[in-house]
Amino acid sequence: MLRILIVGASSAIAEATARCYAARGARLFLIARQSQRLEDMASDLKVRGAADVAFATLDVNQLDAHGDVLSQAWTWLGEVDAMLVAHGTLPDQNACEASAELAVKEFNTNGTSTIALMTLAANRFEAQRHGTLAVISSVAGDRGRQSNYLYGSAKAAVTAFASGLRQRLTKVGVNVLTIKPGFVDTPMTRDFKKSALWAKPESIARSIVRAVDRGRSVVYLPWFWLPIMLIIRHVPEFVFKRIKL
Amino acid sequence: MSSVGQSWGRYPVAAQTIIDITDRHRPLPTVNGVVLPYGNGRSYGDSCLNDGGTLLRARGMDRYIRFDPFTGQLECEAGLLLSDILDLVVPQGWFPPVTPGTRFVTVGGAIANDVHGKNHHVTGTFGQHVLNLELLRSDGSRMVCSPELHPDWFAATVGGLGLTGLITRATLQLRRIAGPWMSCETRRFRNLDGFFHLSESVAARHEYTVAWVDCVSTGDGLGRGLFTCANHAPASPDVKPGAPNRHLSMPFTPPVSLINPLSLRAFNSLYFHRQREDIAHATTHYVPYFYPLDGVGNWNRIYGPHGFMQYQCVVPPTAAQEGIKQLLEVVARGGDGSFLAVLKQFGNQPSPGMLSFPRPGTTLALDFPNQGERTLRLLDKLDDIVAAAGGAVYPAKDARMNGQRFRQYFPAWEAFSHFIDPRFSSSFWRRVAE
Ligand SMILES: Cc1cc2nc3c(=O)[nH]c(=O)nc-3n(C[C@H](O)[C@H](O)[C@H](O)COP(=O)(O)OP(=O)(O)OC[C@H]3O[C@@H](n4cnc5c(N)ncnc54)[C@H](O)[C@@H]3O)c2cc1C
Ligand SMILES: NC(=O)c1ccc[n+]([C@@H]2O[C@H](COP(=O)([O-])OP(=O)(O)OC[C@H]3O[C@@H](n4cnc5c(N)ncnc54)[C@H](OP(=O)(O)O)[C@@H]3O)[C@@H](O)[C@H]2O)c1
Repeated sequence: MLRILIVGASSAIAEATARCYAARGARLFLIARQSQRLEDMASDLKVRGAADVAFATLDVNQLDAHGDVLSQAWTWLGEVDAMLVAHGTLPDQNACEASAELAVKEFNTNGTSTIALMTLAANRFEAQRHGTLAVISSVAGDRGRQSNYLYGSAKAAVTAFASGLRQRLTKVGVNVLTIKPGFVDTPMTRDFKKSALWAKPESIARSIVRAVDRGRSVVYLPWFWLPIMLIIRHVPEFVFKRIKL
Repeated sequence: MSSVGQSWGRYPVAAQTIIDITDRHRPLPTVNGVVLPYGNGRSYGDSCLNDGGTLLRARGMDRYIRFDPFTGQLECEAGLLLSDILDLVVPQGWFPPVTPGTRFVTVGGAIANDVHGKNHHVTGTFGQHVLNLELLRSDGSRMVCSPELHPDWFAATVGGLGLTGLITRATLQLRRIAGPWMSCETRRFRNLDGFFHLSESVAARHEYTVAWVDCVSTGDGLGRGLFTCANHAPASPDVKPGAPNRHLSMPFTPPVSLINPLSLRAFNSLYFHRQREDIAHATTHYVPYFYPLDGVGNWNRIYGPHGFMQYQCVVPPTAAQEGIKQLLEVVARGGDGSFLAVLKQFGNQPSPGMLSFPRPGTTLALDFPNQGERTLRLLDKLDDIVAAAGGAVYPAKDARMNGQRFRQYFPAWEAFSHFIDPRFSSSFWRRVAE
C-alpha cells in the first residue's frame, strides 16, 4: 500500500493529486491550515478509496512547528513512499515592490518555508533510503520576469534547492521531483483571463502521479512549457530587459 | 471553460458575474443584485441563467461525505457530477435510481429540476430518492430538509429551480445492480398507435422504456419510430458486449447550423431503417445506453452560433393520443423537423416537488435549430395544443414560454413563490412569474 504525505493539501492541485492516490487505495497524511477543510477532504478521500486518512494543521510560516508535524506524519505512516509539497501564494507584485516587509513575507511562504520543510523531510528520506520527495515549483522560477519576480525568485530558490538535494539523495535511492506547472486554473489564479494555455488541476495531478511513478527528476506540466521556457531562458539579456513579460 | 455561464441550448445569451463556491461551510458571498446557483449548465434554456446578476457556480463543492456500500446511501456535496458518482458506485454494485439522458449533471441541478429518466414509470423522479438535503439561505441560515423534516421546504426545493437557496449537500438512496450491462430490446413501430400499444404491452416487463420518433414522416407513417426497452442485465451477460463508447468532440461552432431540412430527412429515414428486423436484442454497457449523446463532446455546437431550442411537454393520459398526434402533425407540417424526438409514458407516482414537471401522461421532447421568430411561432403553436390538453412544458428545457402559460402549467407557482430566497432569482423566473 502506498503511503502518501501532502503539505498544502488543500491546494486545488494537491487535492486532485490526493484523489488519484485515494483511488489507488493509498494511506494519506494531509497537512494544511484549516481543520474543517482537512476533515472534509479526509471523508471525501476515504469514500474515493483511500485505505485511511489522517491530518494535522500547520501554517507553513511557523517554521518551528515543522519538525513536530513531520514527526506525526512519519509516525502515523510508518514510512513515506511519496511526499508532495504544494502550498503557495501568488503575491501581488506591485504591493511587494512597495513593501519590503510584504516581499519578505511572501518569499518566506513560497521559498523559505518550503526549503525548511524539505530540509527536515530529506533527512527522514535519507534514513529510510527510498521514496520520492516531490515539490511544486513553477515555470516562473526559470527566469525572473517583471510581472511576478518576487514569486519567481522564491520558486527559483526552490528549484535550485531541489536540484542540489536530488544530487545528494539519488545516492541513497531517494528521488527528488521538481514539478513546474505553467498556468493552472485554481483558486490562486481565479482573477486571470483563461486561454488555451490553461490546464485543469485534475490533468496536472495525473501527470504528477505519473512523474512520481516513473522517477522523473524535473517535469514541465503540461509538457509544452518545456520548449516555451527553453526559449524564454535563452532570450539574450539585452533583448529581455527591453520587453515586458 | 468556454461554456461557463451558458445554458446547453446556447440560447439565450446572458451576461453575469460568476463566483465559485468551493467550501460548503462558508456563508453565501454578499454581492449586489440577485444570485442563482449554477450546476453544470446542462439545462437548455434560461432556468440556469441570471442575466445582469450573479451565478454561484457550485461545481467546486465536489466532495463525498459518506458512502455506505451495504445500504447504498450516499451523502455528498451538491456540485458532484453524476458521472463521478457512477464511476465510484457502479463497480460496487450500485446505481442512481433515476438518471437523465446526460451524466454530466450535478446532484444540485438534478434536485433543482427534479429530473426524470427512462424508468419514470417504475421509480418516479430524482427527488423521490433524496433522503435529505441541506439548504443554505442568503440570511446565513441552514436547514436540513427531508420528506419528514421541514417537508414544505423540501417540496419547494425539489424542482425549485435553484430559487429557494443553495443546496450544499444531499443524501441519496442508490439502488442495487448486478453489473454495468444492460439488456436491451428495440422494436420498430409504424405509427403513433403502435407506440401506445407497445407502451402498454412491454413497459410492464421493462424498467426502462423510451421511443425515438421520426418527425419528418407524415400521413400513415405519422409517429413511426423505434421503441427501446431495457433492464439491468444479470452479472455476466451471455453475449459479449461491445466496448463503451468512443470519444468524439465538436471542436468548434460551425458558422451555420448543420441541422437543416435535408440532413434531417436523411437522418430520420436512415435511423428508422437502421435495423433490418422489427425486433432487435442487444447487450450494451450502461454508458452508451443511457448517455448516447455524452459520447460526442459539445454536440450542442452542431446547431451553429444561434444555438437551439428544446421543447419538452407532457400531455395527460386522457388527451395523450390525440394531443401527441396534433403536436407531431404541426412539427411535420412546419418542415423544421426535429433531430431528436423522444416519446415516453410517465408513470402515475406523484412528484415530490411543488414545481416538479413529471406527471401522469405522455411526454414528448423535441429540438429545433434556433431560427428566431419562425421557431418561436412554431413553439407557441405547440403550446396552444399542450395547454388545451391540460398538459405542461418542462422549465429545464425552456427559453420562451410565456408567463400565462407557465402559471397555468404550474398552478402551485404562487404558493411556491413564498419559499423563494429574497436574494435569489433567475432569468427564467423573471420571465414567467414577474
Ligand atoms: C443531453 C441531455 C439530456 C437530458 N436528458 C434529460 C432527461 O432525460 N430528463 C430530465 O429530467 N432532464 C434531462 N436533461 C436536463 C438536465 O438533466 C437538467 O437540466 C439538469 O438539471 C441539469 O443539471 P446541471 O447540474 O447542469 O444544472 P444547471 O443546468 O446548471 O442548473 C439547473 C437548475 O438547478 C439549479 N441548481 C444547480 N445547482 C444547484 C444547487 N447546488 N443548489 C440549488 N440549485 C441548484 C440552477 O439554479 C438551475 O435552476 C438533459 C439535458 C441534456 C443536455
Ligand atoms: N495555479 C497556477 O497557475 C500555478 C502555476 C505554477 C505553480 N503553481 C504552484 O502550485 C502549488 C499549488 O497551488 P494551486 O494552484 O493549487 O493554488 P491554491 O489552490 O490556491 O493552493 C494554494 C495552497 O497553499 C496554501 N497556503 C498558502 N499559504 C499557506 C501557509 N502560510 N500555510 C499553509 N498553507 C498555505 C493554501 O491554503 P489555504 O487553503 O489555507 O489558504 C492553499 O491550499 C503552489 O505551490 C503554486 O505556487 C500554481
